[in-house]
Amino acid sequence: MNSGMLELLENALSGTLFDILPIILVLGFFQIAIIRKAIPHLKQKLVGLVLVVLGLGIFIVGLEQCVFPIGTQMAHQLTDLHFLAGNDSVMAETLQNSKHIAPGIYLWTYVFAFLIGFSTTLAEPALIAVAFKARDITIGAISAWGLRITVALGVATGVTLGAYRIVTGDPLHYYIATGYILLLIQTWFAPKQIIPLAYDSGGVTTSTVTVPLIAALGIGLASNVPGRSPLIDGFGLIAFASLFPMFTVMAYAMITEKRTKRKETDEPT
Amino acid sequence: MDIAKLLFSKIFSAFMDVFPIIVVIAFFQMVIIQKPFPQLSQTLFGIVLVVMGLFIFILGLESALFPIGEKMANEFALKGSTWWIIFFGFSLGFSTTIAEPALTIIASKAGELAAGAGAIGNDKSAIASFVLGLRFTVAFSVGLAIAIGVARILKGWPLIWFIIGGYTLIVITTFFAPQEIIGIAYDSGGIATSTITVPLVTALGVGLATSIRGRNPMLDGFGLIALACLSPIIFVLGYGILVYGTSGL
Repeated sequence: MNSGMLELLENALSGTLFDILPIILVLGFFQIAIIRKAIPHLKQKLVGLVLVVLGLGIFIVGLEQCVFPIGTQMAHQLTDLHFLAGNDSVMAETLQNSKHIAPGIYLWTYVFAFLIGFSTTLAEPALIAVAFKARDITIGAISAWGLRITVALGVATGVTLGAYRIVTGDPLHYYIATGYILLLIQTWFAPKQIIPLAYDSGGVTTSTVTVPLIAALGIGLASNVPGRSPLIDGFGLIAFASLFPMFTVMAYAMITEKRTKRKETDEPT
Repeated sequence: MDIAKLLFSKIFSAFMDVFPIIVVIAFFQMVIIQKPFPQLSQTLFGIVLVVMGLFIFILGLESALFPIGEKMANEFALKGSTWWIIFFGFSLGFSTTIAEPALTIIASKAGELAAGAGAIGNDKSAIASFVLGLRFTVAFSVGLAIAIGVARILKGWPLIWFIIGGYTLIVITTFFAPQEIIGIAYDSGGIATSTITVPLVTALGVGLATSIRGRNPMLDGFGLIALACLSPIIFVLGYGILVYGTSGL
């Protein structure tokens, strides 16, 4: 395992050097050609670059060796026929022989999807930063905690519905297209201030650790549920996870707006 | 003392990325599945790698790439000429997306799956070129989205028209796209905008909106990421049509 790991790390490091090169070129070019000033603390910045390459390399090996397998393992265990039958071997056999498995039998998969979506989003550092920024810009109309919980609920619902879709095998674009239409209708009624933040919240909420985990969960589900193909059905969870926070964030803004309006009419000054 | 404090808070936040996952999985493993987790020691070792790697990576980003990039974004926003800002926006979007670790991992999985299903050739070079093509497509489309988004902020065009236009394009392209690409295409938007892209692009957007008179940072500063989530879907669908052919309506 160790020599294999070393080789993986070596590959990952040369890979990350290639991945980071465009940023170095872009920043270097604009610094030299347009800004035309020396970079302050150049030595410290160079050390930082080495850390980026090294850290990214280790991180990618970790994602590949650990996070991805965790997602597929969980999908595998939760869709295991013996587990679904509650360790009842007779029932497991009936399940094995039945042609159509009701989507409801994968209940624990949906619960797992919901909890993973909710907990990882709530702890997501990027979202915490955005939540504080949003609170400052709206002068407290949007509370940081309120936004985080709202977005986390959105991601959780999205991943759960996405898992259900993989189990049923419905075409992904029917769900997403319906989502877009509902989203546009909701956008029409939502307070104008919140719209860009709501649309951005879809993208920022899923971290580099969560995204591969959720993707692996989807691929694992599609490989284990009978009749599904991982290539065609396995993807799409991230799309759901990015779509649903937009609904919930706009809904949150609509509710707070209504509440403040009511307060204003209740207490005329 | 301060450095120790800083390092500790960085390790803590890297750990927080993994912690909820560990809690949920431990709960499921013990209470629901009631079996030991398969290959536990290897997984634990992997978690250490993830936390350590993420910590070193973020430390490097915050000491080198973010300060340079944010300062540059602010300086451009203040005094750059329109075309240079737009070009900078494109380059920033493209280069940060190429480096996104989640995209690297998921693109390579998509390549393996496509090869396994016989959709592309099942040899190393065919997979590698499919994966690289996918990553370049996503990076190009993020760059394009940032460039358009920057022009939008400069001109003050409302975001909503771009969103509606983008969704319409997605729906139309989906009609022609083969079903093997639809899932990964719809996912690519959320995958592309992550650890490296979001802070730098947000800095550019908020910097621009604050430096231009009559722009509201809330209304104009955000919204770049929204476009960057949209456009990869269209272009990856296009990439799928290029690789697999149309869905044959």
